[in-house]
Amino acid sequence: MKDFEYIRARSVDHALEVLAEKGESAVKIAGGQSLLNILKQGLMAPDCLVDIKGLEELDFIESNPGTGFRIGALTTHASILDSEVLQSSCGVLASMERHLATVQVRNWGTIGGNLCMADPSSDAAPVLIALGSTAHIRGPEGAREVPLGEFFLGYYETVVQPGELLTEISFPAIPPATGVSYEKFRNVEGDAPIVVSSAFVSLEKDGRTLSDARVVLGGVASTPVRATAVEDALKGVKLTPAAVESASGLVAESTSPIPDVVCSAEYRNKIARVLAKRTLLSAFEEAKAAVGGKKHR
Amino acid sequence: MNRMMISFMLNGRRIETSVAPKTTLVELLREHLGMTGTKHACDSGACGSCTVSVGGRTVNSCSVLAVQIDGMEVGTVEGLAEGPDLHPLQEAFLDHGGLQCGFCTPGMLMSARDLLRRNPSPSAQEAREAIAGNICRCTGYVKIVESILAAAGKMREKK
Repeated sequence: MKDFEYIRARSVDHALEVLAEKGESAVKIAGGQSLLNILKQGLMAPDCLVDIKGLEELDFIESNPGTGFRIGALTTHASILDSEVLQSSCGVLASMERHLATVQVRNWGTIGGNLCMADPSSDAAPVLIALGSTAHIRGPEGAREVPLGEFFLGYYETVVQPGELLTEISFPAIPPATGVSYEKFRNVEGDAPIVVSSAFVSLEKDGRTLSDARVVLGGVASTPVRATAVEDALKGVKLTPAAVESASGLVAESTSPIPDVVCSAEYRNKIARVLAKRTLLSAFEEAKAAVGGKKHR
Repeated sequence: MNRMMISFMLNGRRIETSVAPKTTLVELLREHLGMTGTKHACDSGACGSCTVSVGGRTVNSCSVLAVQIDGMEVGTVEGLAEGPDLHPLQEAFLDHGGLQCGFCTPGMLMSARDLLRRNPSPSAQEAREAIAGNICRCTGYVKIVESILAAAGKMREKK
């Protein structure tokens, strides 16, 4: 690892001041669970690391039944997994976190760091996009909000500029008659996903007809992608396993995987089709239970 | 490059030292402080050999910068025993053959202690999940899980 100057930010304002002063020579470090490996391999060699890990003002989980949820960017994965309010009203996030990396990584790594690293195989991004999340960003010109679905620009690249910070993620409460599911395919427990899918399914009052769907896939393109062809094929349709199976066959219209050391592009598409189907069916079951008035989350 | 002064608690003892910013916590422990109980293997946060506790929770010390733990409490395997008395987990690992070469053992013990602090009565499945981030290449997981469950039983009896 190349030597660097280390500056520990005392507040968001202080971090923004330092970032403005240092310009593109500075890189932010939160938990560093990916960044340190990149520095060790020499893939990045910044002159200055600005440590934002300790900023308590960005370490929070807030829930308001009316407006939804807010998670500070520096909240650890372990805090999200252990959050009783998220477990009871947004269980899909806990089920994602339970399989994200290992205990040690979850204890130190942060949700904002995961998103800003923009690994196309991020565990967290697809489910947060499916939940309709917004990224809150602060910079020298003030605060701005970006839908999380538009946050990722490419491999390891986001809309967050060098002088800016991701401060929080927010998403609305899960509406009635809705289910949200998540599934990850990987070789070994604790590995990053090979492919990951998250589905959001809202039903009409009849408990069968789909009113809104989001299917978000990771590991199949340079960013997380919405499987819009799958979603469009199901809108207004009475859901059946056969309809879901048939629509899931359209995943490849939204993906652009590349072959790598893990598997071929074709393999990623095949797994994506299976995971899209499974997550749609389990979100459908959860939504049906919600229509029936059963407690389901 | 400038070295930085840091001050932190290590197994209940205050440490003040200077480090280069790029020094990882495991390098500080082993090479600067001579605390070689913590092992250094993959250096990429994948194997768990270097597991220590920071602020009461386990981390991979190869994946944390030493400057980041300034002002915090760090616990290593050297802090488990109290004088000549081994920690119940260490006794259980000995009694149940929970180690072969021993290289993964310090990390296994730290992960197991983290589990038992949070969950004094874990199931075998919960014990396996707690050490999912600790790789043993002697394939000793069965006896490690037995050791953790036995220690949990002993620690509950003592209370």
